[in-house]
Amino acid sequence: MPAAGVVLIIAVVLIVLALVYYLVSTIFALRTITAGLDDVIAGVGAIVEKSAPVNGVVTAINEQLDTGVDLLEGLLVKKAGMDDALGLVDGLYPGAAAAGFRQFPESTSITPPRIAEVYTKGTLTLARLGREAPIATANPAGPVLRNVEGGSLAARLLYPEGRQSKPEVMPRSPVIGTDAPSQYEEREDIGQPRKRMPAR
Amino acid sequence: MTLWWIGDILLLVVVLPVVIYLLNGVLSAAKSIVPSVHQIAGVAAAGSKDLDAVPLLLTTQRQVEQTVAGVAEYGGSLDVIIDDAEER
Repeated sequence: MPAAGVVLIIAVVLIVLALVYYLVSTIFALRTITAGLDDVIAGVGAIVEKSAPVNGVVTAINEQLDTGVDLLEGLLVKKAGMDDALGLVDGLYPGAAAAGFRQFPESTSITPPRIAEVYTKGTLTLARLGREAPIATANPAGPVLRNVEGGSLAARLLYPEGRQSKPEVMPRSPVIGTDAPSQYEEREDIGQPRKRMPAR
Repeated sequence: MTLWWIGDILLLVVVLPVVIYLLNGVLSAAKSIVPSVHQIAGVAAAGSKDLDAVPLLLTTQRQVEQTVAGVAEYGGSLDVIIDDAEER
């Protein structure tokens, strides 16, 4: 066999060996990818399965909450009137009056009264809860019941100063009487003239 | 004979490197996919685990239903107790 034929055979063998090596390596890599994709499919399938009822449940929750909101908005408008209701909502959630009530499209065109600047939220709540509330003894349409600028401080002054800092443990009131745990010593000289004047 | 040698040289110098280059490119591309697939599998498993709390939505739905029912009853009582705005 001529030398050129031997070299040709060697070259072909080298090419075949290269093909075998790289193709087998590619096959193993593709098998690894297939196994990984099986895991991915299992995970995605679990996600799809678990998230399937979410849409229906969330839609049902939203419908129920919408019903509750419509009910409360309707009740508020019925009891307080459109203007005061908007003022109340805007006082509790500043800027919310711009969106208006969902069941009352005309509410978006109303300028809400600045109720929150006149009454505190607690006072306003009391006033809206019923005429028997103490604040309702005054006419809500009358003059301002509190100082707008210092209203918060004025309300705090209604309570003892010791409670303003909100201590975790308040000092307990002393127990007095014959059953008190701390009995004071009974002395006969109490209330009598001093035996010796204090030194100056 | 000269043509044989030319063919041998072409095989060894041109064909073999080209074959190796192309196959190496295919193998590199296939191997580069493997870590990405593993990462995706990990993310999918984690996402599936995150959704384990989804059944709690049914509890939320029941509680919302009960809450709205309570609010409706409370609103009904308030409707009776408090006068309407037009009646004042």
